[in-house]
This record gives sequence, structure tokens and C-alpha cells, in this order.
Amino acid sequence: MMATRRSYPFKRPPELDSGKRGHLPVIVVGAGPVGLTMAIELLERGIATVVLDDDNTVSIGSRAICYAKRALEIWDRLGCGEVMLNKGVTWNVGKVFFGDDPEPVYTFNMLDEEGYKYPGFINLQQYYNEEFLIARLQELGGEIRWKNTVVEVTPAAKGVTIAVDTPEGRYEMACDYLIAADGSRSPIRKMLGLDFEGQVFEDHFLIADIKMKQDFPSERRFWFDPPFNRGQSALLHKQPDDVWRLDLQLGWDIDRDAEMKPERVAERVRAALPGVDFEFEWLSIYTFQCRRLDKFRHGRVIFVGDSAHLVSPFGARGANSGVQDADNLGWKLQLVLAGKAPEALLDSYDAERVYAAKENLLNSTRSTDFITPKSAVSRAFRNAVLELAREAPFARPFVNSGRLSVPAILRESALNTPDSDAFAGKMVPGAPAADGRIRVNGRDEWLLTFLARDNGGVNHKGTGFTALYFAGDADADKAMAETAKAMAQDAIPVTVYAIGNPNAAPQGLAVIEDAAGHLARRYDGRPGTVYLLRPDHHVTARWRAADIAAIRRARDLAAGHRAPAQIKETAA
Amino acid sequence: MTSETLALTPRISDPDSFYEALIEAHRGLSEEASQRLNARLILILANQIGDRKVLDEALALAIRTGRT
Ligand SMILES: Cc1cc2nc3c(=O)[nH]c(=O)nc-3n(C[C@H](O)[C@H](O)[C@H](O)COP(=O)(O)OP(=O)(O)OC[C@H]3O[C@@H](n4cnc5c(N)ncnc54)[C@H](O)[C@@H]3O)c2cc1C
Repeated sequence: MMATRRSYPFKRPPELDSGKRGHLPVIVVGAGPVGLTMAIELLERGIATVVLDDDNTVSIGSRAICYAKRALEIWDRLGCGEVMLNKGVTWNVGKVFFGDDPEPVYTFNMLDEEGYKYPGFINLQQYYNEEFLIARLQELGGEIRWKNTVVEVTPAAKGVTIAVDTPEGRYEMACDYLIAADGSRSPIRKMLGLDFEGQVFEDHFLIADIKMKQDFPSERRFWFDPPFNRGQSALLHKQPDDVWRLDLQLGWDIDRDAEMKPERVAERVRAALPGVDFEFEWLSIYTFQCRRLDKFRHGRVIFVGDSAHLVSPFGARGANSGVQDADNLGWKLQLVLAGKAPEALLDSYDAERVYAAKENLLNSTRSTDFITPKSAVSRAFRNAVLELAREAPFARPFVNSGRLSVPAILRESALNTPDSDAFAGKMVPGAPAADGRIRVNGRDEWLLTFLARDNGGVNHKGTGFTALYFAGDADADKAMAETAKAMAQDAIPVTVYAIGNPNAAPQGLAVIEDAAGHLARRYDGRPGTVYLLRPDHHVTARWRAADIAAIRRARDLAAGHRAPAQIKETAA
Repeated sequence: MTSETLALTPRISDPDSFYEALIEAHRGLSEEASQRLNARLILILANQIGDRKVLDEALALAIRTGRT
């Protein structure tokens, strides 16, 4: 209701006049946050694609508002993280209230230390998020076909044919891979007859996005059983443009129409936020479900985002995890399409992202059980935790007002090379690489942005593998310079960066200065340490000392080559 | 602490008086308030035990002995 959003024009697709069936390596269905991210990812990798969407607007109501650090880092790699950060409301602190007590029973901080480009979270209306993604896609010359509805999908062994309905007629297109980013109701899922197993939660939530001038701090506030919504929960978030989201649990037995009446909602808002002047920007009542597809890859049709997995909004794991699907799939498709990796590499997308989805569903289901207890005893335990939390620190970790989105650590991935050396810290194989402040050629940079945007090397636009080498041992440095030269010429290149002193660097090694000590600390790096990062910036292997053979083996394993002996190296 | 197992032998010195205190704590409470008191107590004791293996054994014993 209410707000009107930017809309985009329908353009007559050329296929309608040529009568020819177009062919593209990849077609993306759905211009939500995940489909758009996927298309940008593909374009960045030089893969021709088009996005088809049955609508012609960005998300009408504000759905997602909380975007997590990892999603922002992915968008940063794709060249649109900063616009989101600049527009968004940054927050790291969450406060949890219980009952009539005006003081929080528990406060948490999403950012455990300083020195990251992106905060724990930003809040940004989904329509802004989509507008920024559309702008970035257009900047890269990408095409979105609005009012193009996919109505038929015909999968074959080596590709997929689709039929598309438009206001001016129907046409056909073919592709090697079809990406189904068509949302939670996914028509493509239905066309393929796939089950979407899971759980429906019997509860209603009211979203009131209101405009008001208030200088509450930008933190997440969550109430259990507050006086203004007895027996239920409430959540308050600040968004850009003085818009605030109030999310009120209503229970199962409600009169939806009555609850949606603006007078009724206004009464609720006034009870929650006494004495404020406000206008409505958006009202809706939602229910939610936790479901997922058994497999995300079905031959040449690959599901990403809500079409593959659906979580409750508590924890903001919907869009945030869908974006990680795209991040995971992009480089794999690139290698497979280029003939540099076996098609089986795409099964690792399935394995890794199903693993992540399970984690997200588990967290989201647990949060839901805490927020909306299903039985008297479950409620007794929930309230017992909250009663204890203020006085007894041990009870605070039980407080679950949503376990906010953090990236899955792909610990069990078959693409990882298991550790053979001892390391401390969080950068285990499978973890997304930690960011940090660095200096390059006398300029302050952020590690992840630098790796993605360093146009000097073969690692152009972050499309290759990266080795981070902690320099400082003269012999090892010299050997690594040779290794770097050779691996730059490989079919799947590895770009080596030496982390160390730019004045003592051996010839031929690009040097990153660990100016703030973030890298040595976060990666437990010492002279000789090597980290191998996949193109999606996940750690895939690490050593205290590594030669070229070890690095190549780990890269080949990460590229889905299970029998390294069969791989020919151009430089070997 | 992996060697810890659930204690099945008596460890409380004056069982009658502790039992009395337990029942006394519930006096005059509504069904709901009682349930919450029990829940708080379980959480406090569980944290005191801490060892997940012992907790799982306790949980299993409680479940098993309730079956008729
Ligand atoms: C109330 C609420 C709050 C939320 N809050 C958060 C949050 O804070 N953080 C977070 O990360 N997530 C949140 N989410 C979840 C988030 O909105 C979704 O996860 C996200 O929109 C999924 O993106 P998507 O691109 O997969 O699907 P969608 O955004 O649903 O996009 C799918 C697109 O496909 C199009 N389409 C469908 N069928 C066809 C067809 N046949 N042909 C062509 N196009 C088609 C649709 O028109 C649509 O544009 C929230 C959700 C709700 C409901």
C-alpha cells in the first residue's frame, strides 16, 4: 500500500521481430536482490547474460532492511558496496528489552573489533538496494527485460529453453545455464515439479514503516512482552530518510483486515512510541515459513536466493544469504563455461550453499521458537532466560531475538585443502577472508576492495585466485617471486601478493603493507605463511610454508579437479 | 572435563531439608509462575554443571524415567 516506487520501461525484445531464438550462456530469471547480484557477478566475469522479470518495479514495499557485513563485502567486490554504505544507516549494537523494564536486559555488538570497511549491519530499504544494483548492472552494460515473464522451462542435458510472455507477445530463448532467482513462490520450481519442504509458522507480524523525526540512536531494539504489545514481541529499526520500521507480533487468531486499518495501526504505533509525530510509508502483515529445496542444482537449472531457501525474517538471513549464493556460483560458472573446470564443480555450489542454507534455517527456526514459544513450557523457559539475563551473565547467550546473519564457514567443503600446519584464529579453510586496513604504494586501502579492484595484475576484477604471502624470509621471498611469475601464466591464474615491507620486497612481487597489523593478527601470519583465496574470497588452503606444487594442487582441488595429475599447466 | 559422568549416587547432605526448600519455593505460586521458577532453577543448575555430556546424560535420564 501507499508508497509508489521507481518503475522501469518495457522494451520490445528483438526476438519478437526476428522470430529467432536467442542464445546466451546464462539467463537469470528474477530481478530481486539475488538475481540482480547474480547478473552483476556474471557481467563482471565477462559472461553475457540478461535478467528477465515479470514486473517493472523495484520491491514495492520495503521487505529486507538489514544488510550484513558479508553481503556488503560482496557488493563491494561487485562495485556497489559503497553507495549502499553511504545511503544506509550503520548499526552494530542491538538491545533487548523484557516486560515493563525500560532498561535492556541484554546488549550485543555485531562488530567484535574495529578495522573493517563495512560495519556489522546497515539498514537500507530493499527498494534502494535494488535501485543501486540496477544502476550498477546498467553501468556494466547489462540488460533487464521488464515485463518478461518466464512461462515455460524445458531443460535438456546441455542447456535450457524457455518461453517468455511479454505485453507484446511470446518468444523463446535458450541458454547453457538458467538461474532461477524467481523468489519464494518460484514458478520455475513449480514448472520442474520440485518440492519445497519445510515448516509454516502460525503467527502474524505487522510491519509499519513510518516516517518520523527522532534522534534515537541507530541500534536495533527488540522487546519481549512489552507493555504496548502484551504477550507478543516488537522490533524497531531505523532506516534512511527518517523512516523507521516497527515490527509487531500479532499472534495467529487475528482479523487481518481490521489490523491493517490505518487508524488501528496508528493506535499501536502511538502506544509503542508515545508522543511522536509520524506518517505511514508502508503497512503490511506477513506470516512466514522456513523451507528449502532438497537440491539447488537441477542439471542446467540452478536455484539461488528465496527460490531455493526461505527463512523467517528474524536474523536477516534472507537476502543476505541469497547474495552469498550468487557470490559462490559466479566464479564456478565462469570456470566451467570457459572449459577450465569440470561441470561437477557446480555440484560444489549445491553442497556449499545447501550447507549454508541448513545453518540459516536452523538459526532462523531456533530464533522463531524463542521469540514465539509454541507451548506453555517453552514460554516458561523463554521468560526464565529473560528474567535471569540482567543479573546472571550466563543466561544472556540464551537470549535469542534473532541470530543475525553471519556468513557460513564452509568448513566441510570438499574444495578445501585440510590444514597440515597449526594456525590460530578464525581464517580456517572455508572462511570468508577477513578485511583489514592496508597500504599499497603509499595509499591507504582496504584489503578486500584492493584485491577486487587491483587492475594491475591478471587478477583483474577479482576473477582469479589470490595467494596472500607473508614475506620477510629472504630465501622464501625469492622462491615466491618465481612461483608468482609462473602461476600468473597458469590456465587458472593465481595472483600472489606479498604482505610485508615495500622497501625490502624482492623483485617481481606485488607488495601489500600490513600498516595496521590487521592481517598478521587476523590471519595469524608470520614470514612464510601462505593463504590461498578462491575468487569469492573464501580461504581454501593455508600453509606455514608452501611451494608452487602445493599451491597449484590446492587451487586445482578448489576448481573441482579431483585428479590433479590430469591437469596441464601452461607454464609447467 | 571429558571424564565427568552424571552422578547417580546421593550427594546432598540433608535430602529432606533440601526437598522441603524446593517445595517451599513454590508455595503460593500460580501454575505458570511455578513453571518459570523451575525453568530458572534448571538453567542455573545446568550452567553450574556446564559439561554438555553430563547435561545430555541428565536429560536422557529425566526422559527415560518419565516413561511408564
Ligand atoms: C518482512 C520481511 C522482512 C525481511 N527482512 C530482511 C532483512 O532485513 N534482511 C534480509 O537479508 N532479508 C530480509 N527479508 C528477505 C528478503 O526480502 C528476501 O530474501 C529477498 O527479497 C530474496 O531475494 P530474491 O532475489 O531471491 O527474490 P525476490 O526479491 O522475491 O525476487 C524475485 C523476482 O522474480 C520475479 N519473478 C517471479 N516469477 C517470475 C517469472 N515467471 N518470470 C520472470 N520473473 C519472475 C519477481 O517479480 C521478483 O522480482 C525480509 C523479507 C520480508 C518479507
